[in-house]
Amino acid sequence: MQQTVTSPRAGGAVGDKIFEWLCRGAGLLVLGLLGAIILTLFIGGLPAFREFGLPVLWSTDWNPVEGRESYGAAVPVVGTIVTAILAILIAVPAAFGIAFYLTELAPEWIRGPVGTAIELLAAIPSIIFGMWGLFILVPIIQNYIQLPFGEVLGAIPVIGVIFDSNNFAGTSLFAAAVVLAIMILPFIAATMRDVFLTVPAVYKESAYGLGCTRWEVMNKVVIPYTRVSVVGGIMLGLGRALGETMAVTFVIGNANRIATSIFDPSTTIASVVAMEFPESLMGSLKQSSLLALGFLLFVISFIVLATSRWLLRSRLK
Amino acid sequence: MSTTTFDIATAPAKDQATARSLGRRRKMVDRLVRWACVGSTIIGLIFLASILATLLYRGFAALDLTVLTKEFEPTTYGDDTAPRGGLVHAIIGSLIQTGIGTAIGTPIGLLVGTYLAEYARGSKLGEAVRFVSDVLLSAPSILIGLFIYQMVVLPMGGFSGLAGSLALAIIVIPVVVRTTEDMLTLIPNTLREAVVALGAPKWKMVVLVTWRAALSGIVTGILLAFARITGETAPLLLTSFGNSVTSWSLGRSMASLPIAIYQQANSGFPDLIDIAWAGALLVTLGVLSVNIVARVLLRKRK
Repeated sequence: MQQTVTSPRAGGAVGDKIFEWLCRGAGLLVLGLLGAIILTLFIGGLPAFREFGLPVLWSTDWNPVEGRESYGAAVPVVGTIVTAILAILIAVPAAFGIAFYLTELAPEWIRGPVGTAIELLAAIPSIIFGMWGLFILVPIIQNYIQLPFGEVLGAIPVIGVIFDSNNFAGTSLFAAAVVLAIMILPFIAATMRDVFLTVPAVYKESAYGLGCTRWEVMNKVVIPYTRVSVVGGIMLGLGRALGETMAVTFVIGNANRIATSIFDPSTTIASVVAMEFPESLMGSLKQSSLLALGFLLFVISFIVLATSRWLLRSRLK
Repeated sequence: MSTTTFDIATAPAKDQATARSLGRRRKMVDRLVRWACVGSTIIGLIFLASILATLLYRGFAALDLTVLTKEFEPTTYGDDTAPRGGLVHAIIGSLIQTGIGTAIGTPIGLLVGTYLAEYARGSKLGEAVRFVSDVLLSAPSILIGLFIYQMVVLPMGGFSGLAGSLALAIIVIPVVVRTTEDMLTLIPNTLREAVVALGAPKWKMVVLVTWRAALSGIVTGILLAFARITGETAPLLLTSFGNSVTSWSLGRSMASLPIAIYQQANSGFPDLIDIAWAGALLVTLGVLSVNIVARVLLRKRK
């Protein structure tokens, strides 16, 4: 259906033109939408860029008092990156395990229901993860991870400071990372499962025929074959983790200061926008700073998502 | 690992003991990995079960007719004579905004999906549109809230239900685009050729035949999009903001279930947190049941 098929009747031809341009117009609208989002965030953030310049990126000073206003971006930027990377570190091994189990190990009758259950985990709204995280997970993390492990690991010289915290609320970078990990787990697992399924059965059967164990087939045949797409799936999860808002807002503690420990409260770009923006004055410097942060987040997630899509291109076709 | 495999194959027979110990090691690693995989799958399922169990336990305990029929009331401070609040304002607000959001986003998404599947196969513009739509699909939704804030809330001078609906519509578009395109590309070309051979113009072929052939798939996409925006919170925080009374006006701030849950869960008052759990149960049940219906529809197709 590459060429336009024209009908001898003029009415059909006119209808065709109208319909084709409707479709194309809608496509152009979507293109324009992305452009408009970038442009709006940039223009909205311009006053803040002008006022503070580049040093705002590594400033940790957050002060909304008029006359001494300062909205350093370092805390939320670091918080965003640290939580997202920690979440990836937690989620990837688990997602790999699930994908491996669902494609190679599980009996046929288990694959469907378990696969659907994992996909349903992805459908649960982020605010539910946030509430569950705050009321169920945070106390568990505080009592069984932060308090026992924090003390032991905190005694290690130099790196001990990462685990040493006197935070009593329990909401922390680490809690946010765990909730994020659970949220992106199904996305990464589903992508990995789909790409593992694209490996031709002949390759796997040859390896089995040589006497390889299932792990050896996975490690030496399936992973090398799908490596690029697997990384693409991980990037997709990373992109989601970077921009996740509500779940993180619930469990990170929203403290605008640099956390020295992963058990300290902090904040991310998305949650600082969610917390501060609705309360800020229209057109204020604070709003502009938050829009600038939003622009920064958009650029970061755009790069990550574009990379992910590029890596997954072979699977998309 | 496979190097050891080949070692065994090429090892002289006198090295039987080494070969056996290598074989044992390989089997042990395999067994270890297998248990790790079973373990991570179980952990994933435990998280799902824990979330659902918490919701059912805390949600059903708080869910009653008051929650479904009353508007927001401040905390009772444990006083039983004080009126208890509910979520009806939020339920109505959510239905209005998700309804309008779906109604605006669906036709646009449908047309874009049709463009990608029927007109733009292999074209540069089509590639660009597909790429942008995929990026929008995973883009942080709070940024869509910021965008609508700048475009609608600022010019209108305040938060509004209209702004909320528009933000949700933007989230609907890429979901519908993805499923529509996927479903339309599954339609065999012979069907299209048969229609065109009968002398029908292309737009009739698309509207009357391919859309109809892909109908259940397209409906699935719309349902998934609807489920997705039902739980969206972040963009609404910046656009319709929330309201403690029922509002039917699109020009003023409007309540929604996710926002009501967010505000009451963070209030610190046990009675309001209970109401938030009831709301969370409602939202999750709604989202999951729509998802399951969509899956069943899709399975029937395949």
